[in-house]
Amino acid sequence: MKKSAIALALAATLSLVGSAFAGDLVIKGSTTVLPIAQSAAEKFMESNSDVAITVSGGGSGNGIKAIIDGTTDVANASRFIKNKEVSAAVENGTYPVPFAVAMDALIPVVHPSNRIKDLSIEQLKKIYKGEITNWKEVGGADAKIAVVGRDTSSGTYEVWESKIMNKDRVTQRALVVASNGAMVQTVAKNKLAIGYIGLGYLDKSVNALTVGGIEGTVKSVLDGDYPVSRYLYMFTKGWPTGDTLKFINFVLSDAGQEIVGNTGYIPLR
Amino acid sequence: MDERIPGWLITLTASLSLFIMVFLIYFLVQEGIPTLREVSLKELLLNFDWYPTEEPPALGMAPLIVGSMTVTLLSAVMAVPFSFLIAIFLSEVAPSWFREILKPALELLGFLPSIVLGFLGMVVLAPWLQERFDLLSGLNLFNASLLMGAMIVPIVASLAEESLQAVPRELRDACYALGSTRWETIRKVVLPAALPGLLSASLLGIMRALGETMVVLMAAGGAALVPISIFDPVRPLTSAIAAEMGETPVGSAHYHALFFAGLLLLAMTLGINLVSMWIEKKGKERWMA
Repeated sequence: MKKSAIALALAATLSLVGSAFAGDLVIKGSTTVLPIAQSAAEKFMESNSDVAITVSGGGSGNGIKAIIDGTTDVANASRFIKNKEVSAAVENGTYPVPFAVAMDALIPVVHPSNRIKDLSIEQLKKIYKGEITNWKEVGGADAKIAVVGRDTSSGTYEVWESKIMNKDRVTQRALVVASNGAMVQTVAKNKLAIGYIGLGYLDKSVNALTVGGIEGTVKSVLDGDYPVSRYLYMFTKGWPTGDTLKFINFVLSDAGQEIVGNTGYIPLR
Repeated sequence: MDERIPGWLITLTASLSLFIMVFLIYFLVQEGIPTLREVSLKELLLNFDWYPTEEPPALGMAPLIVGSMTVTLLSAVMAVPFSFLIAIFLSEVAPSWFREILKPALELLGFLPSIVLGFLGMVVLAPWLQERFDLLSGLNLFNASLLMGAMIVPIVASLAEESLQAVPRELRDACYALGSTRWETIRKVVLPAALPGLLSASLLGIMRALGETMVVLMAAGGAALVPISIFDPVRPLTSAIAAEMGETPVGSAHYHALFFAGLLLLAMTLGINLVSMWIEKKGKERWMA
């Protein structure tokens, strides 16, 4: 009785280990793209039960490194591949192929009671650098500005850094929150606050600002008018074939792009 | 033969948990020490710039260390006297039926998940603090310390009460027999006799506060700077690790630095533990004399 139970447990463990290693398709890289890859993989496996997909994070750099080393089939990246990385890959005999799978846009947000409606990139930068510290300097009420930012390691911060800060440091006095959700909570509860969130997280508890007069909407982002946005990529090892091709096609299909929208990013069409 | 089995089993489990502990420490050291290849220890501990994702990264942990210490100290300052008062009331003043109800209730409070407290701090306490004191933000050192204080009161009070209870009945009786009042007995006999126990109770609470993550992550504001007022935001080591680890490329300088932060926390807890053990030993010695 006991023995058979142990044997059963052992068999169960072994089969679990077995399936974890069977991964026909390995996806690695940016944590920004991770939610897309994860739900896409789940949906994909529902209709293709013979393909096992392993998805993990690790950052864009690590994903692309894995493409160069040949240890992954698909690399998620929240930025384009760098020249150095391309030459390293070519030296190793692989040629990374980029597929833009979604867009990501950040919207500056303030408390609903704030009468500011628009800030330029230059103003946003000065606020986050700590040079502008009072709302009246940008046309608002005479009140201090509570700057709220994200952790420097998050993909969201990366966009803000590259599109707004442009090599300058965010002031040390900035509050730091750990997620889009916490950002909405913090700004909604603080009359003096300014923060930024992914377009998909925008709700009525905060006021969205326009940037340089341009409102962040799915359309303005896709047209390339809205400045605080970027593409998200999946890189493949050479031109994709077999299951990799099937997966990339799935992500780019209507069903795949619907997943993109559901995870808070902007579908490409 | 049969009698030996429990002994074996206990030895086995004990050595297994010991082995896991040693392995954990080994892992922390193995992942944390490589930071020193990229930055000097002096820079890690004394530099005030924490911009870990820059190229090259600025890995000054001084504001994080100061953040951990200030939150812990402030919460202890708020919680310990309060806990002692509760303990004295429970052990020396309250009628026994009331004690029977209050003690378990207090212990139950200790099980309150810290994320609940953190959420409270974020949505209730922070807006109130901001309004009341006209602050830039209610997410700050004071908010986090207050919540953390509330979190460690049940722990410290309950342990302190136990050490007061451990003071022998005869000592109190002797004191009363000499004509002392209840307050005199508490102040001059019970408290001094229980002092080592009270101190280690506080240190245990402090250790709990030092390692707490969720409350500071949600309520402390997260700005990596050295606080000048108690209403400045701080970023303790624990919340830096929790917020940044998930997004950090494995093997990068930043990754190793976060493990190093874990090592620092371990070292601090170990230090407090040693002090508490030393106090306990001193107390026992005095008892014997």
